Amino acid sequence: MDAIVSWLTSLFPHMAAPIARLIVHLVYAAILSFVAPVVVVVAFTYMERKVIARIQDRVGPNRAGPLGLLQGFADAVKMLTKEDITPVGADRIVYNLAPGLAVVGTILVYAVLPVAPGVIGADLNIGILYVVAVGGFGMLAAVMAGWSSNNKYALLSAFRVVAQLIAYEIPMVIAIIMVVLAAGSMQMGQIIDAQNVPFLFTLPVAFFIFFVATIAEIGRSPFDLLEAESEIVAGFHVEYSGFKFALFFIGEYMHLFVGAGLGTTLFLGGWRGPGASEATILGVLLGFVYFLVKTVFLIFLMMWVRGTFPRIRIDHLLDFGWKFLVPVGLLALVAVALVLKLPFLSSSVLKWVGMLVANIVVVVVSLTAVSFAARRSRSVALRGVAGTER
Amino acid sequence: MLSDFTFVGILVLIAVLLPVVGLGLSWLIRPKKPNPVKQSTYECGIETIGDTWVQFRAQYYIYALVFVVFDIEAVFLLPWAVAYDQLPLYALTEAVIFVLILALALVYAWRKGALRWS
Amino acid sequence: MPVDQIVKTVVFVIFTVMTLGGGLGVVVSPRIFHSALFLVLSFAGVVGYYVLLDAGFLAAVQLLIYIGAIAILILFAIMLSRGLMAERQSQSNQQWWIAALVALLIFVVLAAVLWRVDWPVASQQALASPSNAISQEGSQLGRDLLGPYVIPFEVASVLLLVALIGAVILARETES
Repeated sequence: MDAIVSWLTSLFPHMAAPIARLIVHLVYAAILSFVAPVVVVVAFTYMERKVIARIQDRVGPNRAGPLGLLQGFADAVKMLTKEDITPVGADRIVYNLAPGLAVVGTILVYAVLPVAPGVIGADLNIGILYVVAVGGFGMLAAVMAGWSSNNKYALLSAFRVVAQLIAYEIPMVIAIIMVVLAAGSMQMGQIIDAQNVPFLFTLPVAFFIFFVATIAEIGRSPFDLLEAESEIVAGFHVEYSGFKFALFFIGEYMHLFVGAGLGTTLFLGGWRGPGASEATILGVLLGFVYFLVKTVFLIFLMMWVRGTFPRIRIDHLLDFGWKFLVPVGLLALVAVALVLKLPFLSSSVLKWVGMLVANIVVVVVSLTAVSFAARRSRSVALRGVAGTER
Repeated sequence: MLSDFTFVGILVLIAVLLPVVGLGLSWLIRPKKPNPVKQSTYECGIETIGDTWVQFRAQYYIYALVFVVFDIEAVFLLPWAVAYDQLPLYALTEAVIFVLILALALVYAWRKGALRWS
Repeated sequence: MPVDQIVKTVVFVIFTVMTLGGGLGVVVSPRIFHSALFLVLSFAGVVGYYVLLDAGFLAAVQLLIYIGAIAILILFAIMLSRGLMAERQSQSNQQWWIAALVALLIFVVLAAVLWRVDWPVASQQALASPSNAISQEGSQLGRDLLGPYVIPFEVASVLLLVALIGAVILARETES
């Protein structure tokens, strides 16, 4: 960013630095608001359909354009030309505000996503906290949409959305706190700088929690109770049609990409890789490629999960969040904090090993606890069936 | 210019244009033929029965309450995590006490069945 | 920098309109759900104030706690109370003037306090190079929380525990 600003000022000597900065900001904001949604939605709906189709032994889209590559554009045209329906009894103002809030709230997260060396909208010193905070808008949009649609299913879905999001936001924040603890900063740039060894290898528990929580926050299968077709029709946006529905859809895929992008930044070292640097254009491009490869890999993992696991029941979903991820996260947090203060772990290599060991211990302890609890509840259930309670 | 947040402000202004422009564009080209059946509430084709705003279970509210408590806890822990490097050893014990008290809260809610979906 | 000042003033006015307008909306809106949404708008205005004051951490916390958690809690409470939802009801009754009087009184008291307190003013030097202070904000906060303010820090966790226990007890009573 700074490099582009200085390049602009050298190109136009009369231009003042703040003006150049403003122009760069405007252009980048426009890219994030208009180019990114189109690219992300077209690319990843196509990828999703192909991947899921292959998992289910189908071919996937293959009619629109070569290999079905134009399917996304066909869908976009269709969305734009569909009639817009507002159901009777809907609260018009809230009903129309909700889709916009959903998509704008998601785009706002991109402001702190470092996509390449030096390319970040605003490297805020509270970076990762900003992400969590702005995430609240999505929840608000769901509640507004569900309430204003005047539809029982939409309202029920809105409740489910909130119950699910709040159950998985806490574990996600705990995972983030672990990263902040290891990096010593909330700033995205510094978190990437701290990953000489990606946190995936030193904080695997945090990565697991973050990954699961991200899937749940986006509301993808197996955590797609908010739009469980067989139970509540389509979710809080059941009454939306045409472009307003498209806005929710865009928001969902933008959220998918930014969720995976944050996972990349926090745990896979972001844009780091051999040859990536802020100094040259080639280095920046390389960094962007590394970022994309890692992010697409994470998205592929999410699609794989979607294609493999069945939807889980709401009580299981809430239990998994509150009674498994939260305790495990707190345990891992304390363990990592302990390791970082051990006096004999003086060098950074020893600290990495120590964190890894702490994580493994936490995994073993929590799995043992779970299997113990499962065995006990099973034996209780069996005794209940046999009617031989003592 | 002003601060790091300038870009966030610019992004809000530009991002709002996406729904506005998109809706405007689709308003120009989409058909507008409303009729009462089309605009009725969609509940799988079955006639809607009763009011939409029916009573929901209070369970949801308890989850939200527990969430607020843990959210605030997280906010307290973040500055601790940032400064952890520069803090002496007692920072560990203090944070552990803090986490333990909240773990106690979780255990209490758990034991009392506030986290049970019945 | 006059341009800077103008932009700051305009932004300040926008946030003030959001905060005060949202507050007014809460009071006069005939539907209680709309009142809650106006409350969110008002909270969002306060977020803007914190940003203007270069208190990024507080802004994010305001957003996270007040909009992300408390507003959602309020919306939940409203959505769960049947009867409050569908009908429109007037927000005022015969006692509105008493409420207005009390509000005015509180305003006078707060304004007086604001006016009389000798607020510490940062030195020109610190204002000139704020970036230094800002980048340290999070870590400074952490050091203060666990240094001079460690007792409030721990008491906060006890307070949260008590709040949770109270909430669970209240909720269970209403259920049975």
